[in-house]
Amino acid sequence: MFMIRLRTHLAPKRRGTAIGVVAVFIVVAALLAGRFQVNAQPVAFAIQEIANGDYVHFGQIALSSVDNAADIANIGIVVGTDAVAIIDTGGSVAVGQALREAVGKITGKPVRYVINTHEHPDHIFGNAAFAGSGVIFVGHRNLPASIEAHGPFYLRAFRDILGDDAIARVRLIAPTLLVDDTVKLDLGDRTLLLTAWYPSAHTDCDLTVLDEKTHTLFSGDLVFIDHIPVIDGSLKGWLDVLPKLAALPAERVVPGHGRRAGPWPQALDDEQRYLRTVRADVRGFIAAGKKLTEAVPRVAQSERDRWMLFDEYNPRNATAAFAEYEWE
Amino acid sequence: MRTIEHAVAPAGRRTILGAAAVGFLMPSRRAAASPNEQDPWPALASQIFPDRVLEDGSDLFAIDAPYRAEDAAVVPVSMRIAQVPHDTREIRKIVLAIDANPSPVAATFTIEPGSGIDSISTRVRVDDYTNIHAVAEANDGRLYAVARYVKAAGGCSAPALKQTADGIPVGTLRFRVFPAAEPGTDPNRREAQVMVRHPNYSGMQMDQISRLYIPADFLEVLRVWQGDRLLLTVEGGISISENPVFRFGFKPDAAKTFRVEVGDTGGNRYSGVFPAEPAA
Repeated sequence: MFMIRLRTHLAPKRRGTAIGVVAVFIVVAALLAGRFQVNAQPVAFAIQEIANGDYVHFGQIALSSVDNAADIANIGIVVGTDAVAIIDTGGSVAVGQALREAVGKITGKPVRYVINTHEHPDHIFGNAAFAGSGVIFVGHRNLPASIEAHGPFYLRAFRDILGDDAIARVRLIAPTLLVDDTVKLDLGDRTLLLTAWYPSAHTDCDLTVLDEKTHTLFSGDLVFIDHIPVIDGSLKGWLDVLPKLAALPAERVVPGHGRRAGPWPQALDDEQRYLRTVRADVRGFIAAGKKLTEAVPRVAQSERDRWMLFDEYNPRNATAAFAEYEWE
Repeated sequence: MRTIEHAVAPAGRRTILGAAAVGFLMPSRRAAASPNEQDPWPALASQIFPDRVLEDGSDLFAIDAPYRAEDAAVVPVSMRIAQVPHDTREIRKIVLAIDANPSPVAATFTIEPGSGIDSISTRVRVDDYTNIHAVAEANDGRLYAVARYVKAAGGCSAPALKQTADGIPVGTLRFRVFPAAEPGTDPNRREAQVMVRHPNYSGMQMDQISRLYIPADFLEVLRVWQGDRLLLTVEGGISISENPVFRFGFKPDAAKTFRVEVGDTGGNRYSGVFPAEPAA
């Protein structure tokens, strides 16, 4: 998407039902002072414990901008008795460093794994903050190729958004521990079940992380809550993946975007309804002989009031879906 | 008219273009072209149409494209006749050029006399904020230009990511004649659409497995016949989107079938014959 309009912060329209115990609410205030280079104001980096040992930083529901340092994706922290796993690192090195410092306040255990749920910049540009020091980067088996193929595009695009200095610090780090199907990671008295999804859904390298101890699912962008889902892989693939995803033995999900955890699998309902609506609408317009340009403004308009950032992403979703389904 | 060469960008330029933005979760704050930035069109026009005068074509035909493209790799562009009654000019050829693209000429459409073709739409890749020009050669031998500004970037090098494993083979053709929109509409006008399953590789996309640039391989020519009568010829370039789609308005005759022939730069030829009446 290429847009001039920027929404640096949108308050959630509704509060999520409280899931798990919010036992800890850590605000690392002023941590980022001087790091978010244009915005000199201290930025709070909030972390919530949503289940025992599972922490979340909820990114803003917004488009990436200098002001929010691309802190728009959700980040997970899972603490075992031996080690820590990080799930996504945010959209800039500044976010990644704030995350790293926040982890240090939660636990003295070392970060052993950084798991990237897919290739998008808002999930991987913070990786550099964890490079070295024995951290193992983990991803879908398609992730290295995706990062290599698309990374340069992302760097160029985000240079305009975040500025030269912020981009100069980003390192595109390909994972070395690859997930073909499923992999279990042992953090000490806690295992994570990593699942690589096929076919292409949100992207062609979607990976989920299930904490088997607390039954908390970190879904990456296979699940959106409140924030409109964004199609960059395949609508058909995504709808095919959803029932399989729903079968995971989770109790709650931390979505890739959306400022709350959701009950599992009910949290999928809104997303599935939206995606099915897009599919039904594009099928109808294609059958009726409508042109792409006629269809796009009319697709999924019944969903307009149900999602944040609808106008920003729905036309693109409609375009992608139309081009995909006209070959059905 | 001079033959248009669909040159692939030289390797040195790929680095720059290859770094262009692919649009995803990435609002661009790219500034609008500064006043100092030179309009590439005058030089480009004289390359494409050497020693020719381009007149304003706005009373002959119109071009339309979204001002802000949702997907730079799939930017819909349409052209349609916009003449006053008794204007006897007929368009014989339209060159569609995307000024800022590495290979600006996206397509050349040759319209057969009597075909009744009065509109053509397709989808193109747009690599940067740019004007899209359409230049028509009319039966009076003159050239008429219209333009539309589009905000999009990165379309030529955007990786072909939105692929589904639906198993539809390259070269698959689909053809559709749309039913007359409503009773009372002009019986001498219908719309048809040709779809070609083809990656239309621009030469600027990277193979995700081999990590090498995929050589350009694109639709070179597409012809549509109504019965035995040629209607439309499209000579394509790398700026046409993946899985090219062409939709056009035409004058129906008594022919029972349409025939489509396609050739790509890899030397492959694909063809199909399709019924003239839409399936019930």
